[in-house]
Parts: sequence; structure tokens; C-alpha cells
Amino acid sequence: MSKRIDVKNLDIFYGAFHAVKSVSMTIEPRSVTAFIGPSGCGKSTVLRTLNRMHEVIPGAYVTGEVLMDEKNLYAKDTDPVDVRRQVGMVFQRPNPFPTMSIRENVLAGVRLNSSKLSKSASDELVEQSLQGANLWSEVKDRLDRPGSGLSGGQQQRLCIARAIAVQPEVILMDEPCSALDPISTLAIEDLINELKSEYTVVIVTHNMQQAARVSDRTGFFNLEATGMPGELVEMDETAKIFSNPSKPATEDYISGRFG
Amino acid sequence: MTATSAPEAQARPKRRPGDIVFGGLSTASAFSILLILAGVAIFLISEAVPVFGADPAEITGGEGFLSYVWPLVFGTLVASLVAMAVATPVAVGIALFVSHYAPTRVGTAVGFVIDLLAAVPSVVFGMWGFQVFAPKLVPLFIWLQEHLGFLPFFESASRTGRTLFTASLVLAVMILPIITAVSREVFLQTPTLHEEAALALGATKWEMIRTAVLPFGKPGVIGGTMLGLGRALGETMAVAIILSPGVFTWNLIDSGNTTVPAEIALNFPEAAGLRLSELIAAGLVLFGITLAVNLGARAIVNRRAEFSGAN
Repeated sequence: MSKRIDVKNLDIFYGAFHAVKSVSMTIEPRSVTAFIGPSGCGKSTVLRTLNRMHEVIPGAYVTGEVLMDEKNLYAKDTDPVDVRRQVGMVFQRPNPFPTMSIRENVLAGVRLNSSKLSKSASDELVEQSLQGANLWSEVKDRLDRPGSGLSGGQQQRLCIARAIAVQPEVILMDEPCSALDPISTLAIEDLINELKSEYTVVIVTHNMQQAARVSDRTGFFNLEATGMPGELVEMDETAKIFSNPSKPATEDYISGRFG
Repeated sequence: MTATSAPEAQARPKRRPGDIVFGGLSTASAFSILLILAGVAIFLISEAVPVFGADPAEITGGEGFLSYVWPLVFGTLVASLVAMAVATPVAVGIALFVSHYAPTRVGTAVGFVIDLLAAVPSVVFGMWGFQVFAPKLVPLFIWLQEHLGFLPFFESASRTGRTLFTASLVLAVMILPIITAVSREVFLQTPTLHEEAALALGATKWEMIRTAVLPFGKPGVIGGTMLGLGRALGETMAVAIILSPGVFTWNLIDSGNTTVPAEIALNFPEAAGLRLSELIAAGLVLFGITLAVNLGARAIVNRRAEFSGAN
């Protein structure tokens, strides 16, 4: 349940605005890939093209290819709905459905994919997904309470449980810890470490220490000036990026000279 | 610990004249609404009292107030509920189209037209219903009688179209704008975060609307529907013009039945003495029904408040 992603010459546009310029990269299965870079450099935008969520904004389009195990996500006959069923996403702020209980939240994606699920099968799936998100022991006695009643960190883990319940190939995380306190952040980082044994994980983060802690490979994005398109400066083993990057811009950014 | 008297000094914040004036004005406004409501209730009750002490034979119909008023209440409720049942799905559909399907420019234009519909006076709707709409409905009534005539609601068909059902449909058109406007506002407020959560799980547009938009907007839609129901219950002019009133009947597609407001409006000018008290007592009953509808709506909205997304 994890796939390799090859991005080839990807250019991203919002109407006339060229947001990201010619990105090519390979994302390895069963590993964590981190995107770092200053605000506005297009790292979240690139992340959102991996499950075609950027199309939610009217006028957005891309040129180039995103291949998931050789299958182009932007082929003419590819349905974005199918793409998103294989590529799960966790957002910057926890967003459990407020009108649903914890249990219903976990099952939300499964209910979309296959309408009928027996009571015992869904109980099992709820437990398995919440276990997978390290949340089961904290919520097992209140599965019918609203998901919005949990703490921020628990809500974010609930969102991860919801994403893994549909058994995706890839999990995208867009700054998943930026709204959380350090303890909750630690819980999510531990979870990311466990998730990579089964899934391809891609995470966008503003926190360089976090990238260093959780990721195997890191991509550094930058933009030359405001209004210019963002681009991928370099991508390499995380250890190499943080100790001996090949580009001076990366060196400047990670050593804190800008950004 | 030198200034032990400080807490007392701090306990009285400085009173600024602006705050006092504005605070007083808003408090007075809040209390005036209670006074007005109490005034109306006192008027209705005191004027209606003679009816309850009167000899049943003296009441219109000759069998007491209850048997006089219940057909009116029945007509009012049926007309309003049919109007609500017809208008709500259409209004929610329009609101979803405007908020989630239409391109911004088209959505704004449609929203504007709907608001214009709200600006049409009820007497105009009444004349339109009488002159244009009612005759157009006659073939439908005949069809209903032929195919569903075994139901008591469609026993015989009116040849003028001036029926309770026609009045209900016109009421539906009249309450459409308010339900649409309220629904559109709540649908537009659905947090993008929740919509994206649904889409990222692989929801189609309709599934996204079902998982994120409709549950979030439900209390608002119920609220809008109740506002519409309130308007339909009290609507006088359109019903008075369209409906050819008569005694109680289950049949909705022929003349007969009437509603509380129409009964009051048509008889009030010539009423005096006990007859006047009867009409005012009927008004009191309508007042009670509207109050109950609003309290009921509140209860529905509050029932699952912790799941509402407001927290």
C-alpha cells in the first residue's frame, strides 16, 4: 500500500499567475519526504498537485506529469475523485467534520467509497484506524461524542485516522503540526515515523527541525523574488541537506541567514 | 503589600457617558420588544374573553367556539405545511446552486432575482394567483381527481382553481425567497476546511455537499423554513383573494376551507360585539400556533448543538 511518485517538469498556474516552475522529483515509497522553504515558495501548492486538490481553486491548472507507479494523475481519463481516494491528505488545521461523532468521522471516507459496511466490519475498521493513529486508547470510551470536542492534537490524529481508514497509497500532510503545541507535535511526529512503514508520506513543514527529525529525504523550495514562480532548488537525503547541501541558497536557508 | 485598598478602587471602572447612554438605549430596546409582545397578548386575551363565557348557541355555527375555530386552524395548518413542503426542497436547491454550483456572476444574478421575488407585495401575488395561476391549475386538479380521486384530498376538482391547494402553492412561492436567502447564507459560510476535508477523502461534489455543506447548514435551513412557515401561517391577503372559502372539507382541490387570517380579514370590517370577539379569539389561537412553531424550531436547532460546528 505505498506507491512511488515521479514528478516530471511540473509547472503550476493560477490563471495567468505562474506559481511554480518546472519541478521534477522522485518520491520514494515507504519513506517520509519533507518539503521546506520560505512562505510563498510553492511547497504547499506542489503538495496539493499530488492529489489534485489545487484544482479546488478556480482557474488552477498544471502542465507536466505526475506519475504514480507509472500512471499519470493528469492523464485525460483520470478522475480527480479517484486520485484523492488513493492519496489521502491531512491539513494545516485539524478539520474533523463537526456534525459527526468520532466514529462517523473515521468512517466518513469509507462511506463515500463503499456504501454498505457491516456493523462488525466498521467497528473493526474504526478500532484499527484509531490504533493506527495512536488515538484509540484516548477515545475508545467516547466514540459517539463529537470529534470537535477533542483537543487540537487529538483532532489532528483523528484526521489522520480518517485518512488511513480508506487505505490510501500516499498520505500528504500540509504543515500538520503548525496549529499544535509541542507535546501534540511530538505525538504526530512519532505517528509519522510509524506510518512510513506502510505508506508513502509527504509532509510540508515550516519547522526545519521537524523536517530533520521525521524525514528521509528533503526538498528545498525557494523563489527568486516576490511575484516570481517558486522552484525546487534541490532535493536529497535529509542528512545531506542539513549537513552539506549542494546549493548555496539551501545552505543560507538552513543556517538561518534568511527565511 | 502597601496598597491594600487598591482592589476597591479597581472594582469601580470609570463610567463613561457614551457607554451609559448606549447601554441604556440597547437595554430599553430589548425591553420594549417584551412590552409590545405583552401588550398584544393582553389585547387578544381581554378582547377574546367574552367568547369563552358566551352561550355556545350564540357563536357562529351554533356549536361553540372550538367547533367554530378548528376548521380555520386546519385550513391554516394545511395551507402552510403544504407551502413549506413544496418550498423547502426548491429553496435548498436554489441556495446550493447559487452557493456551490453556479459561477459567481450567475449565482449573484440568481440571488438578486430571488430577493426581488421577496419584494413583490402579497396582494400582487394574490391577484396573480386569482387571475393567472388558478385557471392554469384546473387541468392538474382534474387529472388528480381522475387518477387519485380515491383519496379524500382529491375527491372533486374545482373548475375555477380557487382552492386551498392553489393558495398553498402561491404561499410556497411567497416563502421561497426567505428560505432561499437564509439557506444561501449558511451554505456560503461552510468552512473551506471542511469542504476540502471531504474532497480530499475522494468525495464527488454532491458527496462533499452531503458530508460538509448540508450538515453544517441544517440549523440555518430549519431556521429559514420556520421563518417561512411563520409568514405562511400569517399570510392574509393572497389567501383571501385566491381562496373561494367554505366549510371544512378534506378535499384540497375544490372550493371550501379557509384560514384564520383570511377569515379575520374578510369578516372584521362588519363584525361587532360577540362576532368581533370571535375573530379576535381566532387571532389569539393563531398567535399561540406561531409561538409554538417558533419554540419548536428552536428546540430542533438546539437539540444537537454540540454537533453544530459552532464550537
